Amino acid sequence: MMNATPEVLSLDALAPGEVGYIRRLEGGRGFMSRIATLGFTVGAEVRMVQNYGRGPLIVMVRDSRVALGRGEAAKILVSKGEHV
Amino acid sequence: MSEKKEITVALAGQPNVGKSSVFNLLTGLNQHVGNWPGKTVEQKTGIYTYNGTKVTLVDLPGTYSLTANSLEEIIAREYILRARPDVVVALLSAPVLERNLYLVAELLHLEAPVVVGLNMMDMAESEGIHIEPEVLQAALGVPVVPLIATKGQGAKELMQTVDDVAQGRTPYEPKRPEIRRDHQEVLEQLMLLIADHVPAEYPKQWVALKLLEGDAEISRMMEERLPHEVWDRVSEILRSHEDAVIAVAGGRYEWVARMVRAAVVRPRAGQITLTSRFDQVATHPFWGLVVLAGILGLIFWLTYNLGAPLQDLLHTYLVHGTANFLRANLAGAPAWLTNLLVEGVLGGVGTVVTFTPILLIFFAVMGLMEDIGYMARAAYVMDRFMHLMGLHGKSFLPLFLGFGCNVSSIVGSRVIESPAARLLTILISPLVPCTGRMVVLTFIAPLFFGRLATFVSWGLIGINLVVLASLGIVLSKVLFRGEPVAFIMELPLYHIPNVRTIGLAVWHRVVEFLQKAGTLILVMSVVIWMLSALPSGDIETSFLAWLGRGLAPLGSLMGLDWRMIMALLSSFTAKENSIATLGILFGAGGEEASLGRILQQSIVPQSAFAFLVVQMLFVPCVATVAAMHQETRSWKWTLAGVGMLLILSLLGGIVAYHIALLF
Repeated sequence: MMNATPEVLSLDALAPGEVGYIRRLEGGRGFMSRIATLGFTVGAEVRMVQNYGRGPLIVMVRDSRVALGRGEAAKILVSKGEHV
Repeated sequence: MSEKKEITVALAGQPNVGKSSVFNLLTGLNQHVGNWPGKTVEQKTGIYTYNGTKVTLVDLPGTYSLTANSLEEIIAREYILRARPDVVVALLSAPVLERNLYLVAELLHLEAPVVVGLNMMDMAESEGIHIEPEVLQAALGVPVVPLIATKGQGAKELMQTVDDVAQGRTPYEPKRPEIRRDHQEVLEQLMLLIADHVPAEYPKQWVALKLLEGDAEISRMMEERLPHEVWDRVSEILRSHEDAVIAVAGGRYEWVARMVRAAVVRPRAGQITLTSRFDQVATHPFWGLVVLAGILGLIFWLTYNLGAPLQDLLHTYLVHGTANFLRANLAGAPAWLTNLLVEGVLGGVGTVVTFTPILLIFFAVMGLMEDIGYMARAAYVMDRFMHLMGLHGKSFLPLFLGFGCNVSSIVGSRVIESPAARLLTILISPLVPCTGRMVVLTFIAPLFFGRLATFVSWGLIGINLVVLASLGIVLSKVLFRGEPVAFIMELPLYHIPNVRTIGLAVWHRVVEFLQKAGTLILVMSVVIWMLSALPSGDIETSFLAWLGRGLAPLGSLMGLDWRMIMALLSSFTAKENSIATLGILFGAGGEEASLGRILQQSIVPQSAFAFLVVQMLFVPCVATVAAMHQETRSWKWTLAGVGMLLILSLLGGIVAYHIALLF
């Protein structure tokens, strides 16, 4: 039972420098389409660059630097460390 | 096969790949800037000749994909599908190869042959990414040309490759990304259903794929074309594959990952790059604001210290020089003709001249910030504050552009995807104190407030921004009803600015201003001069005086006489026209210095203050109103916006006058 699957958390919970792998996207179709186009697809590696605990954050995804509002980041669910 | 003498090439690419630099490199000064037919998006076309073939290069809007998420994406794909260019050059930024290849994955599904231009090779190296173009070429099955557009490298090779593909000398055998197996079945079902109803210029598989991705535009098109019962079956299939949009994008990125694995070597990982070092300051919640404030301060400093002397030079040599020349050479002509030319026409020229240097500085600084990659950082640090108004950081850019000209801020609001947020930005942006108003402010304030002029000027700008913010908060409650606005934005790599790219952009924008606004200002200046001269030749008994006196009771609430009311009304054609009108009505004949003396003698400071408050908040100029209508496509919203500002400014004037009377 213990740690059978890695814990799923929302992207804004990652600290700067931490890496997450996308497990799931939530939100409307338009939002999902835009975010998937930018490289946020299931399995993609996301590295947190800047997260001050409030305000927007910056992540690296597929070699590009993307700024996200916290509300948007909350719709991106990741698991830390291990590739899924 | 005979060779084509004329070909058309489309330049496609994601934002921030250096498309303008490549476009300028290929076409030089041989280019034309206009709008896409029926759209408000800028269209650039240029011509170059290579190997005796005349090539028309069409710059497509920068798009991340070809899915209908924005107007730009629709324009780009409609052009490729319907106009059938001989070649599509897909320009990629080498340091962001992975995300950039996503667009290639989409382009390869269309029929037009693709040539990949791999730009910014030097930056990829400095980011620690080594790309082997020939390996990428073999993996994609389409020609790949490495480029460093800012250093002029690779242009000839790109032209040669485009020519080879267009003339059929190079066989075009792309390795198209295959559809993922779990979608193969549903795609075939869809294709079977829609096959007979897809327009000839659209590939069937592409249409099916777009339906699966939930593309609103294609869905609407197919709903119209398909018989009812067929569409019902299609939408039933689509409903049971709601999450397909993620899976389709995921499939494309799997293909992209294979290309990247083949062609990219990363010798050093995790090094601290220039961009991350700059960003530690530029995107910091505190230092980022300091940097931004510093840049804003610099722009104002440049405007006052570089723009003003330039204006003086132009006035002395261009306006006064021409006036003297005309008076000397028209000695025998009737007085009305000389007056019309010198006071009416040259008065208008003087106004345009006043405006141009400032606009030049604003456009140059904006272009520089955009080209360096700083603009997105400004949006990022401002997001917190824009959020308070129900807007996000992206609205900061267009609003900030408004300091140059409200027209550019309204047109620039197109970067905002959400229609409600865009509308809100359009409605409040006329409150950004534009250069036209700053011209009036910086002329009037020193006349009446002496050493306090700077303080009063900042105060008036502050009033505008406070009104803007309050209006934003109120309107966002009405327009959004609490619905949050998505904030997703790429932060491009910083890079060394390209003088040529910025210079050409500034040039196009200044020319556009002189053509559109300049002409309008000139015409209105003549009309107002005529209104002030007809029917008797005496201002005091002119049509203008008659209209101004009619509005005098309203003006008296603000301490304004009929001439100042007329100056405000004439600011409707262009904000800075107020000065020209005051000049004419106070009989100063286009001489700013003598107008200043006359105004000081005829107006009390309280009235001047009320005048400035109204001037700063007043209804937007004609060009801005036109832009508002163009962008909202609604007279209702345009007139609502104008009416709102009319009421706000008159109330502001009355309150300001009565408060000023207390001092």
